[in-house]
Amino acid sequence: MSGATQTNLGTVKERAGLALNNDFLRKAVKFTTERLRTGKEKAAADHGNWDEWRERGRQIRLHTIAHLDYYLNLFVENARANGVHIHFAETAAEAVEISLAIAKQVEARTVVKSKSMVTEELHLNHALESIDVEAIETDLGEYIIQLAGEAPSHIIIPAIHKNRYQIAELLSADAGETLAPDTQILAGFVRRKLREKFLEADIGMTGCNFAIAETGSMVLFENEGNARMVSTVPKTQITLMGMERIIPSFEDLEVMATLLPRSATGQKLTVYMSGISGPRREVDADGPDEMHIIIVDNGRSLQLGDPEFQELLNCIRCGACLNACPVYRHIGGHAYGGTYSGPIGAVLTPALKKNIAEWDDIANASSLCGACYEACPVKIPLHEMLVYLRRRKLEAGRGDKLEAIGMKGFAAVMKNSKRFGAVLKIGKLGQKLVVRDGGIRSKIGPLKGWNSYRVTPSLPSESFREKWPTMEQEIRHGLQEMDPAVKSRMEAIVRERQSGGNGGKGNGGHGHHG
Amino acid sequence: MKVSLFITCLSDALYPRVGEAMVRLLARYGVQVEFPKVQTCCGQPAFNSGYWKEARETASTILEAFEDCDFVISPSGSCTGMIHHYPKLFEHDPVMLEKAIKLQQKSYEFTQFLVQVLGITDVGAAFPHKVTYHPSCHGSRLLGVKEEPLLLMEQVKGMELVPLPFANDCCGFGGTFAVKMSDISGAMVTEKADHVLETEAEVLVGLDLACLMNIAGNLRYRDKPVRVMHLAELLYEGVKGA
Repeated sequence: MSGATQTNLGTVKERAGLALNNDFLRKAVKFTTERLRTGKEKAAADHGNWDEWRERGRQIRLHTIAHLDYYLNLFVENARANGVHIHFAETAAEAVEISLAIAKQVEARTVVKSKSMVTEELHLNHALESIDVEAIETDLGEYIIQLAGEAPSHIIIPAIHKNRYQIAELLSADAGETLAPDTQILAGFVRRKLREKFLEADIGMTGCNFAIAETGSMVLFENEGNARMVSTVPKTQITLMGMERIIPSFEDLEVMATLLPRSATGQKLTVYMSGISGPRREVDADGPDEMHIIIVDNGRSLQLGDPEFQELLNCIRCGACLNACPVYRHIGGHAYGGTYSGPIGAVLTPALKKNIAEWDDIANASSLCGACYEACPVKIPLHEMLVYLRRRKLEAGRGDKLEAIGMKGFAAVMKNSKRFGAVLKIGKLGQKLVVRDGGIRSKIGPLKGWNSYRVTPSLPSESFREKWPTMEQEIRHGLQEMDPAVKSRMEAIVRERQSGGNGGKGNGGHGHHG
Repeated sequence: MKVSLFITCLSDALYPRVGEAMVRLLARYGVQVEFPKVQTCCGQPAFNSGYWKEARETASTILEAFEDCDFVISPSGSCTGMIHHYPKLFEHDPVMLEKAIKLQQKSYEFTQFLVQVLGITDVGAAFPHKVTYHPSCHGSRLLGVKEEPLLLMEQVKGMELVPLPFANDCCGFGGTFAVKMSDISGAMVTEKADHVLETEAEVLVGLDLACLMNIAGNLRYRDKPVRVMHLAELLYEGVKGA
């Protein structure tokens, strides 16, 4: 089963174009993201102190990442003391190499996998197949897209872009019989089939939601119970984790266990939460005889010490930003072209890849509406990072030449109000050619994209600055006496501001820099 | 008390009636608004596209225009929000940074100014129509203007305010995004306009002219006769008619 070829082609605009013309995809993605984000909003409201807990979650992540070397060492020491083999992989290639070496060493023929985005990032299934080891995804959504030969299009709902009829078709082909497009029948088939695979498998491979430094434990969140099978039945367990998955203690896990499921699916708790602290001991009834944890860098450490991007490492992979994102809703995950999609993917993918050329258009696929930031359980300012990415692209000399000329022109006009006024006057003359009935419908040149969906308003006979002298006269004549109460409010605000307060200004806003 | 109007380039060029409604409404409370002519644009199109040098050049006109006033008011949460980015934009220039911080502290979106500063929620307007409200992303999410417009609208006599489905979703404008990613933006504005039409409201009201221009443009493209207004216009019209 190959990786998703469709994700690696063209520009984000071209890939988005494919998605926008795919009604099945758009309906499926809209349906599920709407359900998830509505559920999330309700779960957050039911919680009662959501914003306070978000801030707690953020502080835990900020603290851990600021001291990542310390907590990572602590985790490694404790995990090793528990009998876990720890490996470090600086690159994707190294992580793959280590995984394959273990598979060869235990003479594995099959690997059962629970859901793991980091193994997707490494294209590990592909690599395992290259040495004739069968890799079987056991999360239902992952199983479906593996059958389809695609990559996940969502961090937690891998097959979000498929409807149940498409899924029934894929699973019927797998079953060799026609399965009705009924969720219970389809899930029942996969469940029976995977049961055998769990029993046969030589290796169980997992990701890691959180690694607890104080005990050396790794924690998995899941809803289907497959990760528990993966981590108890096979004799060898390999866990792949991004180096930033660490949290200090089980106390911190309480906060994460509150934030993650509510943000991801609107669940108060995840169905299964497994804490695994090492291989099977003599007193244990089950569990692997051998346990490996591969700690993957693959571009993560590049964010450390970068004031604009370090917070990216705070991400707990809940997918809430995808569900909230209006762009994601219309174009789905594959249009982003990387393993991680949606707002987090638009920033993380270029960041992990050192912002190299092939990814530099993704940051443009955002209206910067901030829905991602608002949904994020650890308050990562993704909308600001997207702007930083755009700026860095230009700083690296990779800007669009035509746009650069446009922006220079914009600044040349706008840095001088007289020029701006003059341009408005010219515009009023020029628009006579295209204005009909107070609007511009022409689809020529730069107006094509905008006017394919809209009518552009025409410039009125006078701009505000032209109207102002007359208006000002009239207003001075009719000015009312100011209410002394209002006046003293204003004076109090100015005084408070001068004494260092915020001048009575509400503090409901989010996402200001620094 | 010197109150200066930050008209924003869009209102200056395309919607002078909105700026006019603001200043005439405020005159009823004895607020004499000044209009410093050196202002142009907040620089957001350049800033958001990554052209920070150009954004600084443009932003300098705003810093200069409002250096010596006590309050700056504007008909846009997004452009006021851009002023909140100035400290970041000028972080390496101590002189400009200080000006930027001062400007940020005294800048208010129109409804923020009415409610928070003047303490007014009832302007005495009547507007006997069915209205729906789109809260723009930058104003509501990034500047935190959520309650103020609702408090003002609650007091308008005869007005039926109907909830807009998925009101908080972006309309798809996003500045240069609407041009660069025109098909995605088009899908977003079409969905937003669909939601407006579902409400069967006669009037769509909002606080940001860019978003309103976007949605109005789509409604007009589809020949849907929904009237699109800035809240300042609605309130002023309601006061004149009351």
